[in-house]
Amino acid sequence: MPFRPLASYMPPMTGKTLYDKIWDAHVVAEADGGEAILYIDLHLIHEVTTPQAFAGLRAANRPVRRPDRTLAVADHNVPTEGQALGVGAVADEEARLQLQTLERNVKDAGIEFFPMGDIRNGIVHVVGPEQGRTQPGMTIVCGDSHTSTHGAFGALAQGIGTSEVEHVLATQTLRQSKSKNLRVTIDGTAPAGVTAKDLALAVIGEIGTAGGTGYVIEYAGEAVRALSMEGRMTLCNLTIEAGARAGLVAPDQTTFDYMRGRPATPKGGGWEMALSYWKTLFSDADAVFDREVRLDAAALTPVVTWGTSPEDVVGVDGRVPDPASFASPGKRASAERALEYMGLVAGQPITSAKIDRVFIGSCTNSRIEDLRAAAKVVQKALDAGRRVAPHVRAMVVPGSGLVRHQAEEEGLDDIFTAAGFDWREPGCSMCLGMNPDRLAPGERCASTSNRNFEGRQGRGGRTHLMSPEMAAAAAIAGHIADVREFL
Amino acid sequence: MRPFTRLDAPVAPLPLANIDTDQIIPKQFLKTVDRAGLAKGLFYDLRFDGEGKAKPDFVLNRPEYKGAGVLVCGDNFGCGSSREHAPWALLDFGISCVISTSFADIFYNNCFQNGLLPVVLKAHEVQALMEEAKGGNHLVSVDLEAQTVVSPSGQTFAFEIDPTRKHKMLNGLDAIGETLQAAKSIDVYEMKRAIAHPWLEGA
Repeated sequence: MPFRPLASYMPPMTGKTLYDKIWDAHVVAEADGGEAILYIDLHLIHEVTTPQAFAGLRAANRPVRRPDRTLAVADHNVPTEGQALGVGAVADEEARLQLQTLERNVKDAGIEFFPMGDIRNGIVHVVGPEQGRTQPGMTIVCGDSHTSTHGAFGALAQGIGTSEVEHVLATQTLRQSKSKNLRVTIDGTAPAGVTAKDLALAVIGEIGTAGGTGYVIEYAGEAVRALSMEGRMTLCNLTIEAGARAGLVAPDQTTFDYMRGRPATPKGGGWEMALSYWKTLFSDADAVFDREVRLDAAALTPVVTWGTSPEDVVGVDGRVPDPASFASPGKRASAERALEYMGLVAGQPITSAKIDRVFIGSCTNSRIEDLRAAAKVVQKALDAGRRVAPHVRAMVVPGSGLVRHQAEEEGLDDIFTAAGFDWREPGCSMCLGMNPDRLAPGERCASTSNRNFEGRQGRGGRTHLMSPEMAAAAAIAGHIADVREFL
Repeated sequence: MRPFTRLDAPVAPLPLANIDTDQIIPKQFLKTVDRAGLAKGLFYDLRFDGEGKAKPDFVLNRPEYKGAGVLVCGDNFGCGSSREHAPWALLDFGISCVISTSFADIFYNNCFQNGLLPVVLKAHEVQALMEEAKGGNHLVSVDLEAQTVVSPSGQTFAFEIDPTRKHKMLNGLDAIGETLQAAKSIDVYEMKRAIAHPWLEGA
């Protein structure tokens, strides 16, 4: 398939969505079938989805084109204790080999790498923004579906498979056809206790886990503008759970304030130049979206999931739905199966679900603001003489070494440990249970992560997704609880 | 990449919606540095019980579906994680075509990198195929060139596919080699970008 080079580098920007603008600015060439060669500004890599890509490069004797546009971390496999002992001390032999393979590959290719135990290491989607590597207008990829997180900065960020990782390493480009535009507007002001996590789960509940398939979602509206960068990252992170590969929030002053002074953000004259470009990154007033969805934040309550798909959401004051209430036979069958797996009964109040474990962490909710919000709930409980319920094992896993350090500076770790939480070292941890942190069969977990799939947090484990505040409240109460009673 | 042209093979029905990539291949099988040998992890929690014993009633464990080369599944197959281990495991097990009403984007894309054909049919067609697959004869014929699936009873269902993807799949083309033919365009793009967005190049 022959590719045509483009005549002009940056076509005029009129009537375009933010996605259109970023896409157009990165098309290197396009083929007649609509497929483009898209330039990639930042490639984030980790130990799990890259070994086969590097092996492929070696087999074909191909170099890494832009090691300087690539950043590596160790996050999926790492234990959340004893990291200072180094990779050699990782007990799981396969995990150790994978971590060592990454180390060798990045060294050979000259790629910047934050190894396990380095204070800058952590979950890839926490580290990129924290270091200022993630910037507005960029195209960002990573062999991880939650790469959508970086869209919070107005970057086109998407998860890719390992073959594509190899393609990006070799060419610094991705072959892709353009997606459609979907705008999700969230109007109004979120009530107390309703967080970015609740907005995101409400969106997924509204459009379904396949609702965004084939689209890039742009989030707009008063409730989105009011979110901090951490909140926007949570929102964009969960975009993939709505089926869309990428979510976007147009950059604004909140974005620029977050970025200023981070290690990799431009400095001096470069900052001014970058800023004037970043300010052009918004959807034009006359831009046309293929689909529009509107929600009212003021009408929302804190939500939790009851089933085994992120679309299975219910308000915390609600009840487990009756499978018979679903219209399609497929959905009815899935709901029946989910209730059986989750050990729940149709009609029971969701707050009656007794929990065994609490996990505060993951690329969805492990940033400093998430930990502050959870710690605030925990502090109130401590003030009232309460601690983590005796039958509950609760853990907090900060998203990076720097988040952990910041939290310790603020004394958040003391609050958590005083209440009986386990304060861990950074990594993906029990979000997917590739490391030793996982649920035992039948255990029920209040989790701030992103997937409640069967077996996700451990075979037979039962996951209820919720915000950090809600997870903290659940830890204290010993069952799913309404955080508004703790505020 | 292995090409996909035409496949005549038994089809196994898996009538569940939202089969995610964690179900297709659970986490413990991702700790590998190889692409090969992932069949052992395919649908692990569905195929095996807690002691690692095969569950006799799971479709791929039933003798009548031995040698299945095609799966017919519920909506939104392959949602969740981007792990390419999912198509690798399916192929390693011998399944080189999955039929559903819809696929998640990343999984769908990963299939085309590996010669696994994802076929989208209409809901009533998937339902019809599912019913036939439950019967005594499960042999289907999938023809990529003609863009058709012929059911065990001889019903023909046509499917749509992007012509670029079809071309690459039929010929098993290596995407990297092809893109590198446009290396000059990438060079030019980088030079222009260094002028337009100098802060990205450390200026």
